[in-house]
Amino acid sequence: MLPAEQALILAAILFVTGVIGVIVRRNLIFVLMSVEIMFNAAGLAFVAGSALHGQPDGQIFFIFILPVAAAEVAIGLALAVLVFQKYRTLDLWTIARSREE
Amino acid sequence: MNNLLIFYPAAVVAVITTLMVILTRNPVYAVIYLILSLCGVALVFFSLGAPFLAALEVIVYAGAIIVLFLFVVMMLNIGRVMNEQDCLRPSRKQMILPGFLVIVLLVETLMCLFAAAPVNPAASSISTKALGQALYGKHYLGVLLSALVLLIGAIGGIHLGRASSCPDTKERSIHAPR
Repeated sequence: MLPAEQALILAAILFVTGVIGVIVRRNLIFVLMSVEIMFNAAGLAFVAGSALHGQPDGQIFFIFILPVAAAEVAIGLALAVLVFQKYRTLDLWTIARSREE
Repeated sequence: MNNLLIFYPAAVVAVITTLMVILTRNPVYAVIYLILSLCGVALVFFSLGAPFLAALEVIVYAGAIIVLFLFVVMMLNIGRVMNEQDCLRPSRKQMILPGFLVIVLLVETLMCLFAAAPVNPAASSISTKALGQALYGKHYLGVLLSALVLLIGAIGGIHLGRASSCPDTKERSIHAPR
């Protein structure tokens, strides 16, 4: 098996780990970190595809993922700071419950 | 054969550290594990024949984005409760796994640097020059759009930061003696 195909499997494993993190963790910071893992796995899949076909386009799409991830993290962490200032916690279950009341 | 020798340990390190990000309780440890995971993925990029992206991964992801996480964790001080549970200094048992993973990555990087043959990991390696020509030739619209995305991210961050500091200043002006 080519290393690029194995890299695709690695990307799948990392992406699933990120999805599990988003579902399981209750802390907002950890959820954002899991989203970051998913971004990174998607980029790895792009680079593996680029190596598989010998074209530079996949690598270019990884370069495009970088600013998207940076902007997402900047806004997500700003929202996390706002949420912490309002609710005094980052526990998503507690925040959801206090919103229901 | 050489690039598989780089690929497998880096992939194993990336998977283990990513699992540890999900499993650790302390956010600071999770951020450090995330940096290790990104370094492992960077070595995977290198073994796939994308050395420029490996550098970009370490500089932009590990150097800028994850440090932002570290800033917010420090600012909100949510690691405090956990730090009181397991005292501030990590015990020796806690340092074995990350230390081992760091050593694996370090040995691999040194192997890449001091390999007898010139480093050209994959047969289908794409040169940085071809990458730049395709980026600023065929995909120049994407470059403009990513610049726009960064601008919007900066404006959004500034706006949310101002919104969070506004009530405080109002409160202070109310409580301030006239």
